[in-house]
Amino acid sequence: MTLLAFHNVACDRGGRRLFAGLSFALRAGEAALLTGPNGIGKSSLVRLAAGLSAPAAGRIERGAPAALAGEAAALDLELPLAAALGFWAGLDGTRNRVEPALAAMGIDHLAEVPVRFLSTGQRKRAALARVIASGAGLWLLDEPANGLDTASVAALEAAIDGHRADGGAVLVASHVPVALPNAQDLRL
Amino acid sequence: MNAFAAIAWRELRRAWVGGGVMLPVAFFLLVSILFPFAVGPDAKLLGRIAGGVVWSAALLAALMPVERLVGPDVEAGVLDQFAARGLSDAGVALAKTAGHWLGFGPPLMLASVVAAGLLGMDGATLVRVLIGLAIGTPGLAALAVATGALTAGLRGAGAVAGLVMLPLALPLLIFGAGEGPGAVKLLGAVSLLLLAGAPFVAGAAMRMGRG
Repeated sequence: MTLLAFHNVACDRGGRRLFAGLSFALRAGEAALLTGPNGIGKSSLVRLAAGLSAPAAGRIERGAPAALAGEAAALDLELPLAAALGFWAGLDGTRNRVEPALAAMGIDHLAEVPVRFLSTGQRKRAALARVIASGAGLWLLDEPANGLDTASVAALEAAIDGHRADGGAVLVASHVPVALPNAQDLRL
Repeated sequence: MNAFAAIAWRELRRAWVGGGVMLPVAFFLLVSILFPFAVGPDAKLLGRIAGGVVWSAALLAALMPVERLVGPDVEAGVLDQFAARGLSDAGVALAKTAGHWLGFGPPLMLASVVAAGLLGMDGATLVRVLIGLAIGTPGLAALAVATGALTAGLRGAGAVAGLVMLPLALPLLIFGAGEGPGAVKLLGAVSLLLLAGAPFVAGAAMRMGRG
């Protein structure tokens, strides 16, 4: 089953063409690692994949709900971490997945701490826990390893492996090396 | 809990903890108190203009929360997350409107009872004002969310919001402060129009902001 397919996609930003003629597909269990210099359009590609903007040309198909981890964590600062994640899990109908997701990213001991007290790296891990808890088939991760320590990167890689083994697909945009066995290499 | 109720509830909760409920109420009372100082303690005159004063104060108080209705959610990536889940932008705006109204309309109506006492408003006028606010504040809330979406990310969004919102809220003021059954019907019509139209404006603004 194809979870994400780009057909001859072009992307404009601020009146400038970032890339054109891009085609690739992610099937169940597959991953793609998106690399390239700053400003080449990695984040824009991830946003296109998430359906946040429309391509300037071409067609994008999604075969499953997508979970996005962008640069902003999208967690309410005043809420305890578990409750902030619980809001999104409530929308996704996956409240029972929050606790395992916190444990997977090694932040289960912070469940009752308000988000505003978390460090940059901890917030990043929390955003990844939101994706893990979502139950979505397609993960779209924009610079997921930014601000993470080596142990957290390993936890992220383990979570991605588990997700792929369960038939999910992952698109990772990163300039930091993230180990994705047998991943497609998308170089912009 | 479905998405609409969850988003509306989140809006109400954030208004409550962020001062979005009490600040407009305090501002509303303060503006109401300014008028007796400005026009003098003539009870007859105050009683006659009290209805209009309450509506003017309500309009000004409605401006206060505009800046925090949409802008912070854009910055925090919350709207991106709604969109990635396939929720319609107009639907999100309508849910935000519902949550905003719950934290704005009823407290304002309670505060207008206090303002009525301060201004020496008679009972019949108070009832008329309360009915008017009940009809008009949903439209005002919808307009506030649309204005918040249009000005999200702008520098000095609060000041621009006033310029955008007050002219559009003028019909609410005219028919809200006006007397007679015709005014109430027209107030209802204007409020309904805003409630039906503003979420689409807000949704379009949110979509443009993402592109």
